[in-house]
Amino acid sequence: MRPFNFEKVNSAPEALALKSAKSQYISGGTNLVDLMKKNITQPEALIDVTSAISNSVEKKNTKLTIGAMASNNKVAKDNYVLDKFPLISKSILAGASPQIRNMASSAGNLLQRTRCPYFYDITTPCNKRKPNSGCSAIDGGNRMSAIAGYNDQCVAVHPSDFCISLAALDATVTAVIPDNKEIVIPFKDFHKLPETTPWLDNHLPKDAIITKIDVAENRFNKNYSYVKVRDRTSYAFALVSVAAALDLNGKKINDVRLASGGVAHKPWRWYDAEEFLKGKSATEDNFVEAAKLATKDLKPLSENAYKIQMLEGAIVTALQDCLNQ
Amino acid sequence: MEHKEQYSRRSFLKISGLLAAFAAVPSSVKAFYQDVKQYLIPKKNVSRLTLNINKTSHTLYVDTRTTLLDLVREQLNLTGSKKGCDHGQCGACTVHINGERALSCLTLASMSQGKEITTIEGLANGKELHPMQKAFIECDGFQCGYCTPGQIMSAVACVNEGHTGSVEEIKEYMSGNLCRCGAYNGIVQSIQKVAAQ
Repeated sequence: MRPFNFEKVNSAPEALALKSAKSQYISGGTNLVDLMKKNITQPEALIDVTSAISNSVEKKNTKLTIGAMASNNKVAKDNYVLDKFPLISKSILAGASPQIRNMASSAGNLLQRTRCPYFYDITTPCNKRKPNSGCSAIDGGNRMSAIAGYNDQCVAVHPSDFCISLAALDATVTAVIPDNKEIVIPFKDFHKLPETTPWLDNHLPKDAIITKIDVAENRFNKNYSYVKVRDRTSYAFALVSVAAALDLNGKKINDVRLASGGVAHKPWRWYDAEEFLKGKSATEDNFVEAAKLATKDLKPLSENAYKIQMLEGAIVTALQDCLNQ
Repeated sequence: MEHKEQYSRRSFLKISGLLAAFAAVPSSVKAFYQDVKQYLIPKKNVSRLTLNINKTSHTLYVDTRTTLLDLVREQLNLTGSKKGCDHGQCGACTVHINGERALSCLTLASMSQGKEITTIEGLANGKELHPMQKAFIECDGFQCGYCTPGQIMSAVACVNEGHTGSVEEIKEYMSGNLCRCGAYNGIVQSIQKVAAQ
């Protein structure tokens, strides 16, 4: 690991003032310390922001406000979250291990890097790690890679579970930027696709600090489900995951949310399938139809064609699960 | 034509000249090496930390890169916490930070000031083993023992958190601790035993 300076700050403005191109913010460290050990990231200074930003989980009017420093576990076991946003809790508990959920911050979950094996292997080309060096996964070991939204620059997937529920529930991300102005980014626009800059994972402005994540109360707290398919039952990244939530009026679907992890460079919403289901009956036939609609144009890579059928099944299972809550 | 190996006056002068030149350079080479090293390998940063580990306050001079795991093992000789993968994948380094289980291999020592840290060495009450330590012995919760300190720290937290409702729940909440000997059944039994006490 490269030697670095360590600074602890007590406020966001202090952190912004210290930040340079060669330094990085640190909170939980569960991803960053690992990346530093592997020399994938080599900051000259770390700025500890754990005391600079709120770690509270609060109800503000009819909104959930998650302080950026709130640990994943704190969010998952919060009573307001369990009551009004159980999908968030369920998705968090499907990820990582109890130890990591105690350490990792909410903002850090959004900003974690991909687990594409080539990103971690510094002897191989990877556009995300070294811009314009090429993508090793596209013609290499890509069974864990994307099936949607990728291009020839990068086929990595975003590894989060937490983010899938935040995408499904249309959260917003608030950050402060270097001139101390506050900005709000809708969750669907927070993460990005590889485009021509696969080394950037999101649209957070340079040096900005995430301060909180907000989610408005909604009617998706009764019929919801998070299905995660992985290589082992627990403590593994998703091959595919599906967050599903239904707002039902009897059998009729008033509104629906469907999002997936493990399929794209960003948390992925199945908007076409959602549109199809709105106003229809919550029946298995309609769920199967919606799953087919979601997967019909997906183009797998050489080793991950299995994900398409798996995803179709996971969507149907998740929607059925919504009815069994 | 046969070439015989022989030393001419010319080669003797060449070689001895070179050797004399080499003998003259060490100090300048050394200085040059230091310059290059300074440029290529940044100087390490050492800071003074006070950490509360197993209810004892320790003041140490620590390289900023030091993880909590390396600090307890290498500087305090508390070698109970184990380095399995060093990347947060195996749980062998599990300790309690402010009463919650955490991975010491991914925790920077610099970020551990002001926190209450408990390692496996701090679990027993004097010579009296912690109930979970006793249960691991009684239920065969280990074979080689390498993952055991991490398993026990995680198991204690698992009971404190109340995730012992079923075998499935225990397995889910112990999934961050791998055991390559496969002592999982004994580990689950140990946890059930302590949870029932």
